[in-house]
Amino acid sequence: MSVVTLIFDNIFIILTILMWSIVVFIPILIGVILAVYGDRKIWAAVQKRKGPNVVGPFGLFQVPADGLKYIFKEIIIPDGSDKVLFIFAPILTFGLAIGAWSVIPIQMGAALSNINVGILYIFAISSLGVYGILIAGWSSNSKYPFFGALRSAAQMVSYEVSIGFVIVTVLMCVGSLNLTDIVLAQKDIWFFIPLFPMFIVFFISALAETNRPPFDLPEAESELVAGYQTEYSAMPFVLFFFGEYANILLMCAMTTILFLGGWLPPFDIAPFNMIPGFVWFLLKLLFVFYMFAMVKAFVPRYRYDQLMRLGWKVFLPVSLISVVLTSSVLFFFNLAPNLI
Amino acid sequence: MDALNMDNALGEYLPVLIFLILSFVIGCLFVFVNFIAARHNPDPAKNSPYECGFDEFGDSRMKFDVRFYLVTLLFIIFDLEVVFLFPWAITFGSLGLFGYLSMMAFLGVLTIGFIYEWKKGALEWQ
Amino acid sequence: MTATLLTFYLFSSVILISSLMVISSKNPVHSVLYLILTFFNAAGLFVILHAEFLAMILIIVYVGAVAVLFLFVVMMLDFNLSREKDNLLQYMPFGLFIGIVFICELIIVLINTNLDLANIQILANPFSNFSEMTNTQALGSVLYTDYILYFQLSGIILLVAMIGSIVLTLRERTGVRRQIIVNQLDRDASSTELKEVASGEGIDI
Repeated sequence: MSVVTLIFDNIFIILTILMWSIVVFIPILIGVILAVYGDRKIWAAVQKRKGPNVVGPFGLFQVPADGLKYIFKEIIIPDGSDKVLFIFAPILTFGLAIGAWSVIPIQMGAALSNINVGILYIFAISSLGVYGILIAGWSSNSKYPFFGALRSAAQMVSYEVSIGFVIVTVLMCVGSLNLTDIVLAQKDIWFFIPLFPMFIVFFISALAETNRPPFDLPEAESELVAGYQTEYSAMPFVLFFFGEYANILLMCAMTTILFLGGWLPPFDIAPFNMIPGFVWFLLKLLFVFYMFAMVKAFVPRYRYDQLMRLGWKVFLPVSLISVVLTSSVLFFFNLAPNLI
Repeated sequence: MDALNMDNALGEYLPVLIFLILSFVIGCLFVFVNFIAARHNPDPAKNSPYECGFDEFGDSRMKFDVRFYLVTLLFIIFDLEVVFLFPWAITFGSLGLFGYLSMMAFLGVLTIGFIYEWKKGALEWQ
Repeated sequence: MTATLLTFYLFSSVILISSLMVISSKNPVHSVLYLILTFFNAAGLFVILHAEFLAMILIIVYVGAVAVLFLFVVMMLDFNLSREKDNLLQYMPFGLFIGIVFICELIIVLINTNLDLANIQILANPFSNFSEMTNTQALGSVLYTDYILYFQLSGIILLVAMIGSIVLTLRERTGVRRQIIVNQLDRDASSTELKEVASGEGIDI
């Protein structure tokens, strides 16, 4: 069979997947736009301002209008920069932030792909996020982006360790790496109740991993101008911004799946289980995002040494001890899944 | 989504790959549209790297603190530790006491290393 | 099977091209990025073999951690492109020597390995009930018990690596004031002292 006939035979499958991909992509696009809007509105409400309220009803079109404006702005590529990598870095950040969504199940069976090692895939993709920032900082050939990128990279890798340990703790209660299995294992009790300290560690690490305040040192305006984004303008900047919010939503979805029972209703009785699963999923995601936004509004920025101390000297030992404790409890009380 | 469960080389990973490629293509598309729609009139002042208003001096890719290097080294080691924990976390229920103690010994050895680096001050950031 | 073959050729040709670019590109940062591309496609090959756990681990460990370190090191270097050309001839004999040794080793291994093609199915599937579990479970069910020696050895290697990296890179800086939180919180009004300073005279502390 020649290559051409092979591709021709499979074109239907590939087109089907492409169609579903677009079905997944559009809600992410809308979700990010709403997230930026919601973030600004919540932040404004905390500060007794109104936030965006001019463009469109309730200012809803503010974000798309901003995005549209950027299309007509000049892309400035600084002298002495590595031009290909300079353009590639935001595309990488954007692509990875969106690409991770293909395994997220928003309802029973409603995921683009239900792979066996879903949680590892997300862990892997989110560990690659550091490249977009490092490449951006290096290729700009400018001092502030370079330092911003270094700080950001060190910060992201530091908190990834504790995220890894937290994921392991959850997996011990599940006995599978599949995201659907992780949700279904929470049928009796959502994991944030028995694993509450881990929930907190995961939430704060997620803040640090996405460079959200109070851990937004890589883009600390007062010290580093705009961090790794300093030299970026127009669409490449939008891609960074978009990728950042897609990552935040991804982390909210991860918190929902790992700790808040995914699409499961809080009580499996009449009024609750009649609402379709994805509504519960979105409600929980919204709740986690609300907490993300509130933290941004309330908590002052950390100093860099405090940030590193929190990651290495508090979260790492705490999550390591919790791995040992959880496994011991599960093991000696015969609660571990997969018992033969 | 039964159509996706077909028999091919990548199996469940084909949608993942296609989606990843699609998101990169869309990213490129955005930049491409921007390149076409926007005008370009660069000048030396606009293109110079940002440095608080004055002309830049020195190479921007300067040497940096070795501590960043140490942090990544330690990260690799703990990342490997986490990787070793993944298969154990989903099978330890069926491995029996031996498998449990085996992992505890492994974690014990690495905890010694962790205590060592704490005492040495490798986790301090100055 | 042709779909598998096509995917295999796609991934492996990208691996070959990008690994060639690793050693031929002038800029070390580009080299590292090509190396990452190579790892990615190697992960793709693992997926074709249905070794999905290994594929993800390859990305998490090599791309997400080791290559970040490489990138840090390369970014740290003050590389000078003109200088490196002069060194090419200098390192050539040494590089050739290592290459030849490596090829010899590979040939020796190939000659001495008795690869029984009739039993290749058993080699590829060491578990009798493999089809009933995912390969992560299969790995977990033997790694910590049957292969405990290798497992513990890798733990000790990690310990050595941890100690080694600290010994090699940790330098105490002098003249740095660290924040000691305990001292900071312990302070109260009694530890402070008020002094009257006469104008124009100053005071010794």
